[in-house]
Amino acid sequence: MIVNRLQELLQDDENLQFVGWEKGETPFDRTPKTFTAETLGNLCYDSFCGSNLSKYLLSQKTDKKTVVLLKPCDSYSFNQLCTERRLNRDAYHVIGVGCKGKIDGEKIRKTGIKGILSVREEGETLKIETLYGTTEIPRKDVLLDKCLACKGKEHKCADEVLGESEDTCVGDKYETVAKLEAMTPDERFAFWREELSKCIRCNACRNACPACSCIKCVFDNPNSGVQNKAAADDFEENLFHIIRAYHVAGRCTDCGECSRVCPQGIPLHLLNRKIIRDVNEFYGDYQAGDAIGQRHPLTDFTFEDSEPNAERKGGGK
Amino acid sequence: MMKKLPLEQLPAFLKGISETKTLVAPVEKGGQVNFDLWTEDSTLRLDVLKTVKSAKGAFFPQVEDIVHFQMQGKNIDIHPAEVLTEDFVLFGVRACDARSFELLDRVFLSDPTDPFYAARRAHGTVVTLACNRPEETCFCTNFGIDGADPAGDLSAWMTEDTLYFQANTEKGAALVAGLADCDDGEITETQNSIREILNKLPLSNLNLTGFEGDHLKERFDDPRWEELSRGCLGCGTCTFVCPTCQCYDVKDFDSGNGIRRFRCWDSCMFSDFTLMAHGTNRPTQKERFRQRFMHKLVYFPSNNDGIYSCVGCGRCLEKCPQSNHIVNVIKTLGVKEDA
Repeated sequence: MIVNRLQELLQDDENLQFVGWEKGETPFDRTPKTFTAETLGNLCYDSFCGSNLSKYLLSQKTDKKTVVLLKPCDSYSFNQLCTERRLNRDAYHVIGVGCKGKIDGEKIRKTGIKGILSVREEGETLKIETLYGTTEIPRKDVLLDKCLACKGKEHKCADEVLGESEDTCVGDKYETVAKLEAMTPDERFAFWREELSKCIRCNACRNACPACSCIKCVFDNPNSGVQNKAAADDFEENLFHIIRAYHVAGRCTDCGECSRVCPQGIPLHLLNRKIIRDVNEFYGDYQAGDAIGQRHPLTDFTFEDSEPNAERKGGGK
Repeated sequence: MMKKLPLEQLPAFLKGISETKTLVAPVEKGGQVNFDLWTEDSTLRLDVLKTVKSAKGAFFPQVEDIVHFQMQGKNIDIHPAEVLTEDFVLFGVRACDARSFELLDRVFLSDPTDPFYAARRAHGTVVTLACNRPEETCFCTNFGIDGADPAGDLSAWMTEDTLYFQANTEKGAALVAGLADCDDGEITETQNSIREILNKLPLSNLNLTGFEGDHLKERFDDPRWEELSRGCLGCGTCTFVCPTCQCYDVKDFDSGNGIRRFRCWDSCMFSDFTLMAHGTNRPTQKERFRQRFMHKLVYFPSNNDGIYSCVGCGRCLEKCPQSNHIVNVIKTLGVKEDA
């Protein structure tokens, strides 16, 4: 259905390029790709296309008009990148694609299902064929974590929308943040040490993050004094992630790519979500990427602004 | 002669080892399974085939100190790091990771020998474990590796209630000297069922034609690297979970009144990999991406008797955030010239 529509667009402008996903070797492989009229037939969109294409657009700029497929959550990142003038809205024809939550292959594997040859969706059930027989699992049990904090089914930026979406949010997305806030500083430190000590400094979180769009990251600059390819000690492990969370404060749309791509399963999004929650509390509800051209509370000033340092000296309330 | 151990006695067996030697095994920490120090309180996960990071860290850790410079008034004290002098046991290594040690040996044990690596190899005893349940991302068979017959100092096979051992070296034999003898035939059924699955693996018959060393120029100049590398994020996930990636960098950590000089894993996917005074000779992700796969599939075999620097563990297939991995490269570029 989507490819048919894209082919129609080609009739008006045969020079279009298309940004979408391509099927790969395993049942879960969906690689971000740029397609031309000749290769458009390989474009795929289904329940495994969890990755956010907004950041990928930065490396795919050409003179051609680009047609990009964005899920509702991806559209926030696209808007934010347009706001920061990293993307030019006019260069894109945005197709909002319907999303009912994306499936996490890693979660399926973690349930102990091994040797997965194919995954078929039948309503709310996944029928999984493996080297060791067939099995079933409820779809809702293996959605990506970011889908469990879904921001809703509305595309915040789209020239047209194809397909239906569903809000897959489950419960309160700040529940874990609230739990961490309720801990003593020592408990909280222990929690983050256990998580961050797993970090292998692959930089996948940073490289996938649409808010991390610096052309040259300070951590890649040999002259910065902080460029270390591996954390030399505990302090550096913490430093990298905390600096990153602060740097994207106010600009992070909570797209969840950092946690999705982390090979060690570190819940990095919790750092960002804590900051989002604080920003909301101090300056009123704010959603980065809601619209193009927003000024976020940390770069804006009003005389009514709260004074967080005065209100919460030393981290306490 | 093979040895056997009832599975219920495994914790006591491991405890016995850990009383005299450091024991490293696949244990779960923070929800992830990796090779780490085993203690009685550890959650051992012998059911997990692919640890997140490979077992190579036991011999070639991600970070290790080389030398410490310490200011003492106007003098600088120099403290070279010591090499390992104590024995350790690396337990539960799979056939693919066991092969990776042979590949790393070719790099670190050839002249000039790396003293840190050599000491760890000399003091380590590798206990392997056959792969009862190979996964769809496994493709070790393409590299002549048999998951039903893993190498190492001591090979192990696990059935529902028993662990069987076959010693391949004296170091291996010493670990199981106290166990009961048994007949070699007792593992035949397990081996047969493993091989039956290995033959059915979807990626068991990749065509590696075209990656021989004498096709270097054609592979290097292939225009398809452009498309292949497009989705690459430039992160180091593939290199850091890989059992055969061996590149490292040497960095200085300023500790205030001294310098800790350490080496750490490097990644050819990073923009500052092998950065030189004149800049970089791999200016875009295309060149970096090409470097990784040319090294594994062309340069390494052409310098090492045709042996590929990939063991088909499949970790990169599971972990690449963009699903853009070595099997894509082999399938795209590894076709016959006349195809």
